[in-house]
Amino acid sequence: MSNYMVNLKINNIPVSVPEGTTILDAAKKLNFRIPTLCYHEDLSVAGNCRVCVVEQVGARLLQAACAVPVSEGMEILTNSTKVRQARKHIIELLLSEHRADCTECYKNGNCELQDLAHEYGVNQHLFIDLARKRNYTIDRSSPSIIKDDSRCIRCQRCVRTCDELQGVSALAVAYKGDHQKISTFFEHPMFEVVCTNCGQCINRCPTGALIEKTYIEEVWDALNDPNKHVVVQTAPAVRIGLGEVLGYDPGERVTGKMVTALKLLGFDSVLDTDFTADLTIMEEGTELLTRLKKALVDKEPVALPMMTSCSPGWIKFQEHLFPNLLDNLSTCKSPQQMFGALAKTYYAQKRGIDPKNIVSVSIMPCTAKKFEANRPEMRASGYQDVDYVLTTRELGLMIKQAGIDFMKLPDSPYDSIMGESTGAGVIFGATGGVMEAALRTAYEIVTGREVPFRNLNITPVRGFEGIREATVKIEGCLPEWSFLEGVELKVAVAHGLANAKKLMQAVSDGTVSYHFIEVMACPGGCLGGGGQPIPTNLEIRSKRAEAIYAEDESMPLRKSHENPEVHMIYQEFLGKPLSHKSHDLLHTHYKARKRY
Amino acid sequence: MENKLKKVDLIFCKTCQDDIEVVRKALQRNPDEIINEIIDSGLKGRGGAGFPTGLKWKFARAQQSDIKYVVCNADEGEPGTFKDREILDVVLTTVLAGMAIFAYCIGAKEGYIYLRAEYNFMLNKLNATVEEFNKKLKDLGLSFEIQIRSGAGAYVCGEESALFESIEGKRGEPRNKPPFPTVVGLFGKPTVINNVETFVYTAMINHLGAARFKELGTQDSRGSKVFSISGDTPKAGIYELELGMTVEDFVKEFGDGDTKAVQVGGASGHCVPRKKFENTIIGFEGIPTGGSMMLFNSSRSMYNVLKDYLEFFTEESCGQCTPCRVGCQQLLKGIEAVKRGERPASYLEELKKLAQSMRIAAKCGLGQSVANPFISIVDNFKEEIIY
Ligand SMILES: Cc1cc2nc3c(=O)[nH]c(=O)nc-3n(C[C@H](O)[C@H](O)[C@H](O)COP(=O)(O)O)c2cc1C
Ligand code: SF4
Ligand code: SF4
Ligand code: SF4
Ligand code: SF4
Ligand code: FES
Repeated sequence: MSNYMVNLKINNIPVSVPEGTTILDAAKKLNFRIPTLCYHEDLSVAGNCRVCVVEQVGARLLQAACAVPVSEGMEILTNSTKVRQARKHIIELLLSEHRADCTECYKNGNCELQDLAHEYGVNQHLFIDLARKRNYTIDRSSPSIIKDDSRCIRCQRCVRTCDELQGVSALAVAYKGDHQKISTFFEHPMFEVVCTNCGQCINRCPTGALIEKTYIEEVWDALNDPNKHVVVQTAPAVRIGLGEVLGYDPGERVTGKMVTALKLLGFDSVLDTDFTADLTIMEEGTELLTRLKKALVDKEPVALPMMTSCSPGWIKFQEHLFPNLLDNLSTCKSPQQMFGALAKTYYAQKRGIDPKNIVSVSIMPCTAKKFEANRPEMRASGYQDVDYVLTTRELGLMIKQAGIDFMKLPDSPYDSIMGESTGAGVIFGATGGVMEAALRTAYEIVTGREVPFRNLNITPVRGFEGIREATVKIEGCLPEWSFLEGVELKVAVAHGLANAKKLMQAVSDGTVSYHFIEVMACPGGCLGGGGQPIPTNLEIRSKRAEAIYAEDESMPLRKSHENPEVHMIYQEFLGKPLSHKSHDLLHTHYKARKRY
Repeated sequence: MENKLKKVDLIFCKTCQDDIEVVRKALQRNPDEIINEIIDSGLKGRGGAGFPTGLKWKFARAQQSDIKYVVCNADEGEPGTFKDREILDVVLTTVLAGMAIFAYCIGAKEGYIYLRAEYNFMLNKLNATVEEFNKKLKDLGLSFEIQIRSGAGAYVCGEESALFESIEGKRGEPRNKPPFPTVVGLFGKPTVINNVETFVYTAMINHLGAARFKELGTQDSRGSKVFSISGDTPKAGIYELELGMTVEDFVKEFGDGDTKAVQVGGASGHCVPRKKFENTIIGFEGIPTGGSMMLFNSSRSMYNVLKDYLEFFTEESCGQCTPCRVGCQQLLKGIEAVKRGERPASYLEELKKLAQSMRIAAKCGLGQSVANPFISIVDNFKEEIIY
């Protein structure tokens, strides 16, 4: 943005802002909120809903505040009669095209259209109802996402999200005029297209047109079934997001209250995905060292850089768009699926429960995990390893339905077994976290010493830069790792699939060389996942990241290989990392999918 | 009463000029001089919006950029307009000359003609002429090449920024303005886009001088213009007429003796009823037109006329912005409901307010201009709408 200042008046109050500032932002500076629908801080400006129109004194046309930059001497009225009339009309028009039966809508109470309708006291029946007579599609084909065109206001936020943030373009605008709609490639069902189920579009949809497919009722049924033993695992990012749906400001750590609430909901055992995150580090770290050994010592052809595999949206993205790089993916399942496979084997054995009576539920910041749980590969226990995946938002709703006064709850610890975790497991929830956790452990395995970063905080891989890289020089190796002596381990981290796409293009083209790459499908990592509370923006994601790192620092153990339950499971059950049993339960394979 | 309507023959005069010669002469002049002459001529865009052409050129010349584009808008989608087809067919080289002169003025190396998809049958012939002309320009030492792009078949693609999107291979959705095309146009570069006819007049002004052009027309509407005349008229067709006539003059010449209304400017223009013929000037001081003039006699139902227009807009809206996408549907369903008695006649007042909101809040000219036919027809032919 330029340093050149522009002077204007908004509602007769003078203000100076840098050249290039939009009317919307200039008004914000004066504490005037102009309503918006198609505008989203994370996305490019569309200027299509027109709800933000304001009057420029002397101009014939109203101006879209989100799209028009200020100019010298401009006089803007944000609430004149003309503006109010046009704005009301626009909201009324949107409602006339909309199946606005809010009481039946999942987004009731968290819907930008509903808020505006309320604020402007619109007459919903001023215009002719266009919605009822139309044949809208409600696409429930995906296990993750429901796309309900009857609630769509064509703001195209989803289209821009999928293109600009995710580089997938599964959603696009089709047709024109009254037939215009948001659609997929040749209008194929969501389940059959390139969609990664990341849910980023859901996070930015202002209405109920894109929502997660909920499994709340199924989970209530399981909880109420006396013959079922219901275990629940909670992903790292849930504990720093859940508070937002239950009255807290972003960045609140509610781990202990969440565990208490889950117990009150009736889960038989409240366990932690962080435990399998730690286990992932053992498996994946060993896999990386094995690949490096093959490459450096045995001179065998082996796929490098190795890439993380804990983000199922990212996995499906690779399967569609870079099938040439599938061998580079770590064979490790995501922590959710490792947990699921162990819940119905190891856990069942130790607790003496017949796995067929175990219902395995996971609480995830993610919608792609719903798809992942349904993948045919994810039945290593002989059953579907994870039965139901709920988002952070769905858990919030269950807690509300149960009438639990969340803010007043005391803290509780996780149950055992598979409830123990370390700070390394927690930071899986932030972009760069898997890399950091892996480095903390791998470096120590190889050298016998802690990573040479202050307080174990590997800051070069932290932050929200789209693609980050770091180099760690390995020195003073233990004898069995001497082949790594002096190696500069080159790593890269990407978050948001559009960034991943750039990085993968570079890897495919051979213009970069790394040993290890971490990719998280969602902007910010899981903390910005498609199942996290709505709204989302950079500020909210930053607060959540701070909370994740604070949680890490507050933990007595901060390295995955120090997790006592991880030691125990290797001793009692798995043997060692990459053992035969590990392979059967904790590792998987991928398949190429079509590009559209 | 004397008929002040004057037929002109500037544009279709094939023998009165050698177009490449016009370009050759222009290349010897200073670009600023050329642009100032266009400004002086008072020429305004012939595509409908009527922006002063010389000013547009001046803005584009002032932009610092290695790459600039010249685009000729031959999308001709406005219902009732068919004059650009004739111009392309008869005097294509004059259009090309106008584009070349302009390219010289701003330093553009590439030009595009965006041709209405329905005119693809002309494509081979046009391409051959363009290729030949490109060669001649090269021989003159002007590094400027023109190519023809076939349109996407949507009315909205005639809107300049949607047209750019379409040439760029994207969906033809109008962009936000500002920035305007002279600053950020085709492929993000400064671009001048003019109507086919506008380019012809710029070549003419170069050839004949601004004075000849200024002799014609009025203060606000200089020169002549090509009209596409259709409807209830014994003389349907294409005519070049001096600007500044009244609708009365026009109807005297082209009416069938029973004209009750003239739709000036196509579906997006205004409807003038008989009682206003006398006092309505066709031109920028009155009702501007991109060329379309449709005459209706007393056998026509103005309800049907309006309904046709609204059906057209409902279908041809790009659909991205709320006031236009939904507004068009509501206006259409609204008059149908009033006609059927499902809504009271007073509902027309609500719809007029809605049309006003569309006029000031829609994103592009399409949605903004639906109010023109709607309000002018509803106001002047209310009984026909209701009963
Ligand atoms: C919906 C819509 C359709 C348009 N179609 C055309 C067209 O077919 N031909 C044209 O010359 N201008 C059309 N225009 C006007 C152009 O946007 C632009 O103003 C014009 O090409 C500029 O040329 P001029 O200054 O020479 O008139 C259209 C505008 C709108 C809003
Ligand atoms: S999307 Fe919003 S306005 Fe529409 S039904 Fe749902 S809550 Fe109501
Ligand atoms: S879930 Fe992700 S990939 Fe699928 S449509 Fe939404 S943004 Fe695109
Ligand atoms: S699905 Fe949601 S985000 Fe996409 S256009 Fe419709 S309302 Fe907007
Ligand atoms: S006014 Fe109509 S055509 Fe123009 S951008 Fe809006 S919807 Fe598209
Ligand atoms: S928020 Fe500005 S046009 Fe939609």
